[in-house]
Amino acid sequence: MSKVFIAFQLNEDTRPIIEAVLADNPHAVANESPAMVKIDAEGQLVIKRNSIEELIGRDFDLQELQINLITISGHLDEDDDEFKLSWLN
Amino acid sequence: MDMNVKKKKLGLKEKYAHMTRGLDWQTSYQPMEKVFPQATFEGIKIHDWDKWEDPFRLTMDAYWKYQAEKERKLYAVLDAFAQNNGHLGITDARYLNAVKLFLTGISPLEYVAHRGFAAAGRNFPGVGPRVACLMQSVDEIRHSQTQIHAISNYNKHYDGFHDFKHMLERVWYLSVPKSFFDDAFSAGPFEWMIAIGFSFEYVLTNLLFVPFMSGAAYNGDMATVTFGFSAQSDEARHMTLGLECIKFMLEQDPDNLPIVQKWIDKWAWRGIRVLSLVGMMMDYMLPKRVMSWKEAWEIYFEQNGGALFADLARYGIKVPECLTQCTEDKEHISHQAWATFYQYGGAAAFHTWMPNDEEMDWLSAKYPNTFDKYYRARFTYWRDEAEKGNRFYSNTLPMLCQVCQIPMLFTEPGDPTKICYRESEYEGEKYHTCSDGCKHIFDDEPEKYVQSWLPVHQIYQGNCFPDGTDPTAEGFDPLAAVLDWYHFNNGHDNLDFEGSRDQANFAAWRGMATKNT
Repeated sequence: MSKVFIAFQLNEDTRPIIEAVLADNPHAVANESPAMVKIDAEGQLVIKRNSIEELIGRDFDLQELQINLITISGHLDEDDDEFKLSWLN
Repeated sequence: MDMNVKKKKLGLKEKYAHMTRGLDWQTSYQPMEKVFPQATFEGIKIHDWDKWEDPFRLTMDAYWKYQAEKERKLYAVLDAFAQNNGHLGITDARYLNAVKLFLTGISPLEYVAHRGFAAAGRNFPGVGPRVACLMQSVDEIRHSQTQIHAISNYNKHYDGFHDFKHMLERVWYLSVPKSFFDDAFSAGPFEWMIAIGFSFEYVLTNLLFVPFMSGAAYNGDMATVTFGFSAQSDEARHMTLGLECIKFMLEQDPDNLPIVQKWIDKWAWRGIRVLSLVGMMMDYMLPKRVMSWKEAWEIYFEQNGGALFADLARYGIKVPECLTQCTEDKEHISHQAWATFYQYGGAAAFHTWMPNDEEMDWLSAKYPNTFDKYYRARFTYWRDEAEKGNRFYSNTLPMLCQVCQIPMLFTEPGDPTKICYRESEYEGEKYHTCSDGCKHIFDDEPEKYVQSWLPVHQIYQGNCFPDGTDPTAEGFDPLAAVLDWYHFNNGHDNLDFEGSRDQANFAAWRGMATKNT
């Protein structure tokens, strides 16, 4: 199985997002570099709107992820509730 | 008090469907093929443009909203950087030379990308890709502008930042990235999408922006890291567009596979050659290093590209032919490129230098198979000679590859002590290329590459001197005339970092920033 990844800038906006992603994807691993964090996961990675909203205490639109996004790998499927990255092989 | 009642909004999928479909029309008094003349000549067959879908499902209203937010964040940082003399917070003034190379070699390409995606959006008959190309076109001009704004702050204080646009169209090493984009832009819209959207954005851009920008953060360059990450936040969308485009072509018709494969092979190799410049920036030009070029290559090309090609195998796509060569090259190219720039440091608009002992030890540790064996002794010799006052500058002109336009500096597969070159013949003339990869590209389209504007050939033909120059005059100095034509400030922009005005000014200003005298 191949790895997918997503990288974010490290800042106050992304702290709860990263926390939610790691909680929802126990197989994911966060690797920090200066100013950024790259989250790697075997096969697939799912980011859930609900989990982020619980941590930040307000409504969250998954498209807000784009503001602090650095890069992704894998096929993306995004709707109102989930932002999902996967490889099909 | 009124309760805040949430209005039921359209879901993302419905909104995307409404705002990216049905926006076009069938022509009435002109046939469609005359309105979209570039849609078919490359041989790509498309049966249903509506099968195209952007997985981000981004629509123009959301696009403006989030882009505006990115810009506000970026310009707040740039103001703070300028107001607080941020340029004195970088690790070492040597670092600035990487930024000079970025401004002259990369930022103008963002502008070409803007034009290219505008053209692709115009030339595709389908609405989905047209909307995506429009957004990418606007992104690319934003990148070009934000980079110029961010870096202009350095132009107030340091040499070499003053005339990037003029330089791009003339200078020998800048013809490398320029020719890459010219090659893509002069192809059809589908090849453009594979060249830039897929090979450059998906397979290679991570190597440029992610480790290099993290490196900028490591070296205290708040301005560059901020524009870099701001640009990269758009790249995630561009990469997705590139991948979507390739899947779309492959799913539309089985006849598209061999054409797409040929373009992937070509543009992977073209892109990898351009990235030699980035390898050199990472290994030699960042005073504080995040990771080596080889490590970045392994993470972002071998692992990530490997996952991608394993996935595309279901369409019959194979890993680009050049991969074996690249596995060998990752150990060498940054050293070979920097050695070349060091020797031609008299003709570059940035400073060069030899690494100190600590940096050489870092290179030995990162390149245990090659650095000590092939490069350390040569670099130590050059450094010792420079210390004795014999800094070596090559005053001859190198032969350039007809395709990638890089000087013949790379070595033979299997023999890193021998310069590699290949020869082709076309209509009775000989043409030289730097590798099997570039020869293959030349031989496939010689009628295109014989037109290359090769800086060295142009200098020899006398086309690179200021108007009114008399090359027959007594004491004529051709190099000085070329540098003048490039708008280089000879003696300040070029030569070794040691003894440069940048070095002296940075030391003096940093001293003033920390003392009261």
